[in-house]
Amino acid sequence: MFLRGAGVTLYISIIGTILGAIIGLIIGTIRTIPLSENPVKRILIKIVNIILTVYVEVFRGTPMIVQAMVIYYGSLMLFNINMDKMFAGIFIVSINTGAYTSEIVRGGIISIDRGQFEAAHALGMNHVKTMLYVVLPQVVRNILPAMGNEFVINIKDSSVLNVISVSELFFQTSSITGNVFRFFEPFLIACIVYLIMTLTVTRILRFIEKKMDGPENFNVIPGNQMQVTRPEDIAKKTGQTGY
Amino acid sequence: MDKIIEVRHLSKWFGANEILSDINFSVNKGEVVCIIGSSGSGKSTLLRCINLLEKPTGGEIIYNGKSVLDNKHDVYAYRTKLGMVFQQFNLFNNHNVLSNCTIAQMKVLNRSKDEAEKTAMKFLKVVGMDQFINAKPRQLSGGMKQRVAIARALSMEPDVLLFDEPTSALDPEMVGEVLNVMKDLAKSGLTMLVVTHEMGFAREVADRVVFMDQGVITEEGTPEEIFNNPKQERTREFLRRILRDSKTE
Repeated sequence: MFLRGAGVTLYISIIGTILGAIIGLIIGTIRTIPLSENPVKRILIKIVNIILTVYVEVFRGTPMIVQAMVIYYGSLMLFNINMDKMFAGIFIVSINTGAYTSEIVRGGIISIDRGQFEAAHALGMNHVKTMLYVVLPQVVRNILPAMGNEFVINIKDSSVLNVISVSELFFQTSSITGNVFRFFEPFLIACIVYLIMTLTVTRILRFIEKKMDGPENFNVIPGNQMQVTRPEDIAKKTGQTGY
Repeated sequence: MDKIIEVRHLSKWFGANEILSDINFSVNKGEVVCIIGSSGSGKSTLLRCINLLEKPTGGEIIYNGKSVLDNKHDVYAYRTKLGMVFQQFNLFNNHNVLSNCTIAQMKVLNRSKDEAEKTAMKFLKVVGMDQFINAKPRQLSGGMKQRVAIARALSMEPDVLLFDEPTSALDPEMVGEVLNVMKDLAKSGLTMLVVTHEMGFAREVADRVVFMDQGVITEEGTPEEIFNNPKQERTREFLRRILRDSKTE
């Protein structure tokens, strides 16, 4: 039962974090679009920005446990949608992570040197191409540690989903305590299982970071030296020694 | 001679500060024009206005007979025709040397990967960096980075290459390697507009030297005219100071 609970916890937090990261990446990118000079586009961007700001503030500013209740029972009452519990769990974790991640991404984009944007623009790239090929790959690398944080938080905080009876680790542990009439031992085990999960995740992410950075060294391609006119050689030939 | 770029009555304000006022000058095909002048005189701003990294406040920029400030003018296509080399190199940190030179070719000019790599290799050879195609920018020295940046700009096969103080962020030892690459390019007939503090380079390579002071072009002429026989007191003073400094070094 512990293992099944751990499996569900991991499942919800992995999918939730990935979906949340995608939501955050998109929203964070939209929120950093420079204001256009075209008045129609300008107003459009401003309206979208206001909506996104409301989204971010609402989901950052309320506890996930309350969001879970409101969304799960609210959708049932108001729209008569009986959400699958697992789906509801992933949905809540995703949009919650999305709200946090969009701010992480926004910070990541702001921290990229202006020169990277300018160089891309000078090569004829528009904003979308600049973002896709130059800025966002660097942002993704830079926010990985913060995303690791989000992941760990999701593993732990998905425990609040027990209020809508998603059968994750905390919910399972509670059921066990009901069967065996003991509290300390099952929760101690749950504790250890949570710790193992978070430690594993942080190790894996560290590994991915290293992979993304690439090797410390690079290969020099031995070229045909006769063809390569190095500037130093020209300088020697012409008898100049620079300025 | 064909005028590639013509600047007419250009002005640029940052808030209440006038950085450029009534700039008039042009660059002809195949010409090397150096812009000199003290820091804060608006040289870099002028260069950045020309490829529209800064939006001019007033005036006109004519490129091959067309006004580039016209709203219908395609800014992105225009920029592919002007290569830009920055003071801080601005190589893409997430790409290695080769893909720094190919990414814009593929994504902007829609060249195939093979074609882009062939072009990139050609120009990386010109700057002597073809052995380092696997290196990431952070693994290179300043001079190497700037040479790659030049190859990146050349890979787009632009009509004009703009240099914004390309050697100002380099260690003195590395200035020579970059200037030598630039000299070779000048000899090959490339049109170049160079903002620089390297007076030796301007004197030797430039066809024309433009002297700027406080947002105005105060003097313009051949290197002989500017360096040996400056007409304006301000130019004389600037050159005296610069040349004295370089002697004491």
